[in-house]
Amino acid sequence: MDIFLQQLINGLVLGSIYALIALGYTMVYGILELINFAHGEVTMMGAMICIAVMGALLSAGGLPAIVVLALGLAAAISICMVLGYSIERVAYRPLRGAPRLAPLITAIGMSIVLQNTAMLIWGKQYLTFPKLFEPQRYEWAGAHVTSLQILIVVLAITLMGALLLLVHRTRLGRAMRATAQSPELAGLMGINPNTVISFTFIIGAALGAVAGVMVSAYYGLAHYYMGFLLGLKAFTAAVLGGIGNVAGAMLGGMLLGIIESLGAGYIGPLTGGFLGSHYQDVFAFFVLIVMLVFRPSGLLGERVGERA
Amino acid sequence: MSRATSSNKQSLLSVRDLRVAYGGVVAVKGIDLEVGRGELVCLIGANGAGKTTTLKALAGMLRPAGGTIRYDGHAITRRRSYELVSLGIALVPEGRGIFGRLSVLENLKLGAYVRRDTLGVSQDLDRGFELFPRLAERRSQIAGTLSGGEQQMLAIARALMSRPRLLLLDEPSMGLAPIMVQRIFGTIRRIAAEGVTLLLVEQNARLALEISRRGYVMESGRVTLADEAAALLANPDVKRAYLGG
Repeated sequence: MDIFLQQLINGLVLGSIYALIALGYTMVYGILELINFAHGEVTMMGAMICIAVMGALLSAGGLPAIVVLALGLAAAISICMVLGYSIERVAYRPLRGAPRLAPLITAIGMSIVLQNTAMLIWGKQYLTFPKLFEPQRYEWAGAHVTSLQILIVVLAITLMGALLLLVHRTRLGRAMRATAQSPELAGLMGINPNTVISFTFIIGAALGAVAGVMVSAYYGLAHYYMGFLLGLKAFTAAVLGGIGNVAGAMLGGMLLGIIESLGAGYIGPLTGGFLGSHYQDVFAFFVLIVMLVFRPSGLLGERVGERA
Repeated sequence: MSRATSSNKQSLLSVRDLRVAYGGVVAVKGIDLEVGRGELVCLIGANGAGKTTTLKALAGMLRPAGGTIRYDGHAITRRRSYELVSLGIALVPEGRGIFGRLSVLENLKLGAYVRRDTLGVSQDLDRGFELFPRLAERRSQIAGTLSGGEQQMLAIARALMSRPRLLLLDEPSMGLAPIMVQRIFGTIRRIAAEGVTLLLVEQNARLALEISRRGYVMESGRVTLADEAAALLANPDVKRAYLGG
């Protein structure tokens, strides 16, 4: 089996998911210069809600698998949108204009609240993603691809394309970019910054929910604590691409997924088996540290050294 | 003073005892202003007299500490800037204030953000390009790469895209070459001729008074003189202080 090609494929799948989550971080940062650390937890909530809804529908029976999946996904997206909106209203809006440390602390508090809420609802054990379809396996140049992997990548790329269209071709997107550049000036255009900020959180949360469902479908599991590491990696992806930059988050996510997969694939052979693929997570944070030291503005970032 | 403040019934903008604090300092200490419908009025004064702060308060960017602002008969004293745009108030801020990373066309479309009449917007877009042919040539260029004069044109054109009834202009001549200043002031005159009410803040007092009907002189947060523009141009005190003798 060709390890390079295989890991590249795995990396693309993982990278698509990171990219979707990273968009939530980067869009909010672009407008508010705030790291919404609760975003990983929104992703987790998406996964948990989807599994819970699908479980309920399956035990009720009578619905075809595709409908069950669609309803689970729709529930996850809509509840997460409400969640994203509420997080901003409750945890960040009252602190608008406060020192930057204050919303950072409520962000962490918010993520603890969400984690514990999930734990209270679903317990500490892993939830398993129901097997709705028998995944097809394809072999290509010595590497394996499953239909689920293809679905994840195609769906992620479609969503990212749609987001780019929204940001660059619509009235709302123009308002978002204007507000990101100068909220004061955007106000003079008649743009209510609060509306734009709410939409930003809602869109980010919807993408995060889809990513959460993807992760849990891919690994077959979800857990109340899964949002922490996932969020941290997606944040790394956003920094890698240049935080605040939408295209950067997509690029950063994809790259991070590939770096991680290739790293995990090669670390065993390269160290003579001394370090195994469970060191996968090290790569993400190695990338984060390297970026922060050598290019804190990220690959596509523009605003260098503008703020402390 | 009497003549300048007598036209109350026709007033589009009427300001009473406006006080505005800015960064802990009271920059505007209780001023009265009247701008009649279709009038071109200027507000002149030295640097730091409170002119920009006054305009920012009128545009809803700063919350007044006291006094009232009435526009078209309604009190708008505590309204936010984004609420005032759809009422017909537009500000061209000091230092242009364009969206530098967006294209010229996107800047103009943002000017029409509150409008839903697509047809009217595209007509106004054409009109803006007719008023400033330079902008038409550069419509897909990133606004931050325009020259200072072009940016000022863009800022004015963008403000007009909201079809304002009251246009507030803050230092449109600042930092521009004399030829460009002439061109910008020609445009301002043309906008006024089309019936838009204008309140112009300007350090170049002579230029401002020459195109205005009436003028106010501000000094450390207070209005010290208010009269017909021609009278102010002839006033020895104004001459000495603002018109270079």
